[in-house]
Amino acid sequence: MPPVAIETAMTLQLSHLSRRFTGIPALDDVSLAIAPGEFLALLGSSGSGKTTLLRILAGLDYPDAGTVQLDGRDFLAAEARERKVGLVFQHYALFRHLTVAENVAFGLRVRARKSRPSNADINRRVEQLLKRVQLDGYGRRYPAQLSGGQRQRVALARALAVEPSLLLLDEPFGALDAQVRVALRRWLRELHEELRLTTVFVTHDQEEALELADRIAVMNHGHIEQVGTPEVIYQQPATPFVCEFIGKMNKLAVTCADGRMSVGDWVLEGLPGNDRHAKVVAYVRPEHLSLGLPETRPGWTARLRHVYLAGSVAHLELHIPAIGQTLEADVGGEDVARLGLQVGTELRVAPRSAVVFALGESDARLPFEERWFWQAPDAVPPVPRATSVASIGEGRARAGRCS
Amino acid sequence: MRRRILPGFGLSLGYALAYLGLIVLLPLAALAWKASGIGIGGMLHLLSSPRTLAALRLSFAGAMLAAVINAGFGLLVAWVLVRYRFPGRRLFDALVDLPFALPTAVAGIALTALYAPNGWLGRWLTSWGIQIAYAPPGVILAMVFVGFPFVVRTLQPVLASLDRDVEEAAESLGASHLQTFFRVILPVLVPTLLTGFALALARAVGEYGSVIFIAGNIPMRSEIAPLLIVEKLEEFDYAGAAALGMVMLLASFILLILISRLQRWSGRWAEQLQ
Repeated sequence: MPPVAIETAMTLQLSHLSRRFTGIPALDDVSLAIAPGEFLALLGSSGSGKTTLLRILAGLDYPDAGTVQLDGRDFLAAEARERKVGLVFQHYALFRHLTVAENVAFGLRVRARKSRPSNADINRRVEQLLKRVQLDGYGRRYPAQLSGGQRQRVALARALAVEPSLLLLDEPFGALDAQVRVALRRWLRELHEELRLTTVFVTHDQEEALELADRIAVMNHGHIEQVGTPEVIYQQPATPFVCEFIGKMNKLAVTCADGRMSVGDWVLEGLPGNDRHAKVVAYVRPEHLSLGLPETRPGWTARLRHVYLAGSVAHLELHIPAIGQTLEADVGGEDVARLGLQVGTELRVAPRSAVVFALGESDARLPFEERWFWQAPDAVPPVPRATSVASIGEGRARAGRCS
Repeated sequence: MRRRILPGFGLSLGYALAYLGLIVLLPLAALAWKASGIGIGGMLHLLSSPRTLAALRLSFAGAMLAAVINAGFGLLVAWVLVRYRFPGRRLFDALVDLPFALPTAVAGIALTALYAPNGWLGRWLTSWGIQIAYAPPGVILAMVFVGFPFVVRTLQPVLASLDRDVEEAAESLGASHLQTFFRVILPVLVPTLLTGFALALARAVGEYGSVIFIAGNIPMRSEIAPLLIVEKLEEFDYAGAAALGMVMLLASFILLILISRLQRWSGRWAEQLQ
């Protein structure tokens, strides 16, 4: 995906949006720029404010403070029906008393007479759209006669019929079963590549967001924790929340003493260990644990407790008595046999890379004081990065704010 | 045969039909048997009497009009009760059922006291030349009163279960408020609205107690068919009363069947493909 130029025209600029519901902040000073043609995911757990943000864009809710500008014009001044926004809901929200074709045609039929296309044009357009969502021949059915996946495609066709400049999807696959969800996801991605329609979609499913989106905005408690491409979100999490929210992570408490950072016998070489920081934690992905380490390398002795073979990947549960923790490690399915891994086996383990946060104690508003990306000096870097140790700006308040 | 989850289909169906026969069909059969006493000639004579025809017309046209009024205002009241939160909503909601609870004669007397030419409201209306009590409008007013709860009570649960998403979808597709109401909300309510309409209509056709107090019962003008039946009974003309009853029954039955057909057509979207 080529990087999108934020400065170009038709950018949707959200600035300092706040919204409270009976005193509880649903959005807290959210700023975000959405580039034209971009596929943006708002990812967060329930109550993170992602749906509120979407509803504000749709014109179904209004912020208490802040602005939304489209190409420099005030987007919030327009009413929902004037915004040319295509909206798709989790539970389809189809008009159940209308046939599929009538549903799709709805947005065209309610237009004022002078801007309404002729009946023949409407019918032609409906037919095209139904073909596009692979439902040609279903026009005369009622929504009650369709499956969930089909209904959601009708909802999408209905939203596309009005030729929206912005497509908003609210948990569009939330009500579908797993297989249909994956198929529909791929199909939606293809459709987006074809239409290049600016799309914002809300999801709590990180897998969905990572697979579909050009960029992801991770939301938590009404603010954006990080905005970035799926790669950046996964590999360079900006805050401890993003670490814990995205993918699996082993969380380790780091000891800073004698000028170095360590967790048990594992030393984070190259990181400055001083007692300036109240608390330091390291996050290690299960796939970034090296197993069967030579004795010369600093690491832990672990006992294998469980092997969960999940197809191509095996999830290992490793108990490390020295730090009193059980870590999770992922290895390829064939490595289990190659390394002779059996329950009860003792082996030496150490992380290849980790994300390390120095957490502030005094000021709780800051998610952290300092962040490092640590990599084992001799490891083949799993992340193509020039330096093995990277430190980013100190004490960034609420990383990920888009400027 | 398809296996059913709950057993006892044959037994419960048998009981249901027997019960329906005992409670509804048996009295009606007795009515038909009694009515046959006057013969074809007597029936024709009865139906060709202008007084009978006028009474039947008032009963059915009045009930129809009352049911239409109830459908409209019942929808409005149900909408307000379901959609808005305001102080006194629960009290207002409880008031809806009062026409059910009140003995109809009491309702009739209360309405008459209000709308009689010397009543609180009647005094003003008479000075403007509008006569309600002792005239057809009084009949319709009483019918509206007794039929009112049906539409509200049938609509309320359906209105409450409507998906807000659907209205929001309509709005974002460019529909105005009126378009959203008439194209999205109302069509879904029509089958239920027709149920309430049918109940209010049936109640109004059969209403006796409240109507006779306010109607004034002037033959050819404000006399309803049930009153005519009572008059025949008082003259010991049982066969005539039964025959008139049969005519009303048939007319009501045809009306209800038509409404039910209309209802099925308006709710055709809810049927699943087999």
